[in-house]
Amino acid sequence: MRRPRISLSSATWLFLGAVYFVVPLVGTMLFSLQSGRNSSYSLSAYGTVVHDHTFWTTLRLSVELALETIAISLVLLVPTAYWVHLKLPRLKPYVEFMTILPFVVPPIILVVGLLRFYNGTVHAPLWYLEKPYYFLVSAYVILAFPYVYRSLDAGFRAIDIHTLTEASQSLGASWRTTMLRVIVPNIRTAALGGAFLTLAIVMGEFTIASLAAFFTFPTYIAQINSEKVYEASSLSLISFGITWVAMLGLLLVGRGSRNRAQLAGGR
Amino acid sequence: MSHVELQELRRSFGDFEALKGINVTLETGEFLSLLGPSGCGKTTALRLVAGFDRPTSGRVIVDGKDVSGVPPNRRSMGMVFQAYSLFPNMTAAQNVEYGLRVRGQPRSVRRKRVDELLELVGLGHATKRYPHQLSGGMQQRVALARALAIEPKVLLLDEPLSALDAKVRVQLREEIRRIQLELGITTIYVTHDQEEALSISDRVAVMYGGRIEQVGSPAEMYGSPATPFVAEFIGTMNRLVSRVAADGVVEYAGRRLRVDAAKGLPANERVLLLVRPETVDLERAANGAETEGSVAGEVVSHTFLGAVTRIRIDDGSGGRGLTADVSTSKAARIEVGSRVVARFPAESARLLSLADEALPVIDPDDQ
Repeated sequence: MRRPRISLSSATWLFLGAVYFVVPLVGTMLFSLQSGRNSSYSLSAYGTVVHDHTFWTTLRLSVELALETIAISLVLLVPTAYWVHLKLPRLKPYVEFMTILPFVVPPIILVVGLLRFYNGTVHAPLWYLEKPYYFLVSAYVILAFPYVYRSLDAGFRAIDIHTLTEASQSLGASWRTTMLRVIVPNIRTAALGGAFLTLAIVMGEFTIASLAAFFTFPTYIAQINSEKVYEASSLSLISFGITWVAMLGLLLVGRGSRNRAQLAGGR
Repeated sequence: MSHVELQELRRSFGDFEALKGINVTLETGEFLSLLGPSGCGKTTALRLVAGFDRPTSGRVIVDGKDVSGVPPNRRSMGMVFQAYSLFPNMTAAQNVEYGLRVRGQPRSVRRKRVDELLELVGLGHATKRYPHQLSGGMQQRVALARALAIEPKVLLLDEPLSALDAKVRVQLREEIRRIQLELGITTIYVTHDQEEALSISDRVAVMYGGRIEQVGSPAEMYGSPATPFVAEFIGTMNRLVSRVAADGVVEYAGRRLRVDAAKGLPANERVLLLVRPETVDLERAANGAETEGSVAGEVVSHTFLGAVTRIRIDDGSGGRGLTADVSTSKAARIEVGSRVVARFPAESARLLSLADEALPVIDPDDQ
């Protein structure tokens, strides 16, 4: 069988794209490998980073925040997107408009607004404001909203949820059973897509965490960046790798029974 | 007591009345088809029976109980949908098993029932296949097995064959009837395909404009249409707008035709003369002569249908003319453009009073 050949123009664009992404990474890596004292390469910057206790605590905190954000976003938005598609399709344009708002409002405005709202308007309890697991995750759910909702929206558009829902109900299933056994497994890929994006956002979000005075992984990177240049570069690469590994982990967890689960619309 | 009863069932969507009060009953084990063109309200009626929609007024009675307000998951009605509705994340066996799992049936019972049903629909070999690995016909067989697994009180089928190709459609409709008879399950079948409805139903309800026009056996529907719409929709029918001329005689486009059904009707009454094409006999006309009790005209077209050929004749009335189904060998001797005389037995034609009623026009795609 003949293998499809890539045209010259495609190969050129592919090469330019690869250069655009790879060159900064290679540059950063080469820089991070310099000890700074002589021209030889070493892993000393990496060693400094991984032996720093703050690295691990902030990394753990950001991963936990990401997972919490993913969980809350999916719990809130899967039923919302399902209901909008099933029963309230006329609301679709309004919800889509709402998904644009987090792009329009800069994070700095968002965090000031949220702090004023929780602190001044609704008088949220102190524990809510001082712990990242509450306040920061609330802000991150808003930031992740467009990505998660749009991923789910694409997933719901790809399956015939009306027929699947009615088929499930005619067989005696409740709304809950229909949701958990029929709908969620068939939008798994879309939910995973939203989760990946959320993870990437939280692992790299600096403005809100910094302005709200929380010490997360991105704020730790910023601090190191201002103090130790080689370690900052190594940290950037480690952060990059961790995000990719975390995404891979999510993919593997999500695909747990992938061999069984067939994607909707694949017939 | 009838098993299923639809009483004055109405459904409106804003100003649009999709169902205008339908009444029909089904006995246990009966196979009823709701037949009609697109937009006639047949699927709306089925959805009201299934519980996916609530009637604006009227009742759905099953085994003497009003189930109009009961949610679909508590009605115990198996449904096969027009669109492929298998759960894509489950195998054929898991799809069939789903309703039993929801009901908390033990694993051994579930397995046995799934095996039995997949064998029944001829898919015992495909239990582990996912929907995307099955053809359209196979998917609908699994959907049928899935609907039957819960031992429903009523089986509802919403145009289950419309997405399949012609050959599979015929095979599967015969299988649906075989299985329905084998299990003795009360069935409501929605279709716009008259051939499908007539071939597998105990009774057919023809719907038009949100109303049931006529309910009867396939033979009754074909032989004795009660309304101009049914006459037009079921089979091919010559519809000749005529007037009663005398006792047992009607006048059509200036010709006097003997029709038994016109006996006892008041003279001058406007009627629709219904003549099936297969009852029309054609002869070549000598010099275009038209004798008493016949209609002369010119052959306009031939349509080959296999054993018979459908011949259309322009009878000069300005209307649709006449259609006759003659054997293909005879049709070979009647060329397009030749003059013919058409006759039909006086006892074979039927009459419908027209009064001032306009004739319904049906989109050919809906037939």
